[in-house]
Amino acid sequence: MPTSPPAREATGKVARVTEPLVVDSLGKSCPVPVIELSKAMNTVEVGAEVLVLADDPGAKIDIPVWCRMKRQELVDVREERGNWSFLVRRAL
Amino acid sequence: MERSYLDHASASPPHPAAIAAYSQVADQFFADPTRRHREGRAARDLLEQARGVVAKTLGGSPDRCLFTSGGTEAVHLAVRGAARANRTRPARVISAAVEHSAVLAAADQSGVEHVRVPVDRVGRIDLDALRQALRAGALLVNLQHANHEVGTIQPVREAAALCREADALLHVDACQTIGRLPVSFDDLGADLLSWSAAKFGGGRGSGGVLWWPRARLAGVLTGDEREHRRRSGLEHLPGIVAAAEALLQLRPNDPEGPAAEEAERADTLRRRLRERLTQTVEDLAVHGPEDGALPHLVAASALYVEGQALVDGLDRAGFAVHSGSSCATTSGEPSHVLVAMHALTHGHIRASWGPDTTAAELEAFATTVGDVVGQLRAHLAPGTRSHR
Repeated sequence: MPTSPPAREATGKVARVTEPLVVDSLGKSCPVPVIELSKAMNTVEVGAEVLVLADDPGAKIDIPVWCRMKRQELVDVREERGNWSFLVRRAL
Repeated sequence: MERSYLDHASASPPHPAAIAAYSQVADQFFADPTRRHREGRAARDLLEQARGVVAKTLGGSPDRCLFTSGGTEAVHLAVRGAARANRTRPARVISAAVEHSAVLAAADQSGVEHVRVPVDRVGRIDLDALRQALRAGALLVNLQHANHEVGTIQPVREAAALCREADALLHVDACQTIGRLPVSFDDLGADLLSWSAAKFGGGRGSGGVLWWPRARLAGVLTGDEREHRRRSGLEHLPGIVAAAEALLQLRPNDPEGPAAEEAERADTLRRRLRERLTQTVEDLAVHGPEDGALPHLVAASALYVEGQALVDGLDRAGFAVHSGSSCATTSGEPSHVLVAMHALTHGHIRASWGPDTTAAELEAFATTVGDVVGQLRAHLAPGTRSHR
């Protein structure tokens, strides 16, 4: 696991030192995606990222709220035909 | 086991005076109030007396006071009846995103465009967004007096001023506030008001609509001449009189009446319960504002637990509460109120109480929520707490 912050490329975009840890919560209902995200965050270092996949209608609200409550950084949210992905960086 | 019923916002136990009135009317005033015979006339007199009591205790006029089968029918009549009767106004209805699902469904079915206005984190309507939405014109705006899921009191007077400026009608769903807060239709600024007896101890199966002449109202359930052709079907006289009896006891529009007095006591309990839940339960979000909320209701969500499991666990421990989490709703969708507020949708519970609920009961409730959440987390989510 990397311990240094992600390096910056010449394009100005943040390059990921490693791929995010993927948590597949598809087909699981709330609060399971949030629980799985929380557990996964415990296994990565500060600065590393977790990508959660979920299709429960509550997840699109609950994962951003979890990030707010736990002061973790929600980097990106995407949706494709009811399948959501949330990229979360461990901030502390 | 001692039970603690904390679901008054769904259905409140009827007031003893309402039960007595109900059974007496069912027994003795069974006749059709539209009939010319003596029994019919007696029923009609009683119906009109009850109408007078409702108009007197809620504000408004008995000439513009209809009875319905409850809150759902009342809001359908107010929304669809206003849309039908005000066709010269712009063909749009605007609703706050956190309105009761019956209001949203009625507006969806009103035959005109339906626009929803967002709310902030505590569930209060965004008045700038409402002003913006009103620019295109609207026949009607729906704004609840207070939210049924989280208790937030809406800025009805400010919204009423915006509606006047834009020449739109305002319908206020007061199902949660009647009998719980001092409410007077005379000075609320609304054109239509809907209410339900089930929420204040008037018994289920009755409610109604009040309106001012600025709003025209057409019937939705039609078929006879009753209620000035605005609501057909034999009047539910026992329920109507029971509701009127409860209103007489509560005196909702009297700022020093029993309803106002209980509101003050209940609000002290509410503030204490919010504080106690936050202390007892780790990772818990209490919903709605600290100030400006229904006095008899607290809603909160606990991380990592299922709303349904929480309701069941509390039920086994003696407490009856409601949950708007998706696993606990009949639709399988999370409460649209929590979604609109961007509030945690899982692990949600709502506790709402009445005049007989004591401080000790709510104290025990807070402790039990802490215990049940702890058990559920130990079972479902071990290892979720360490990184903090």
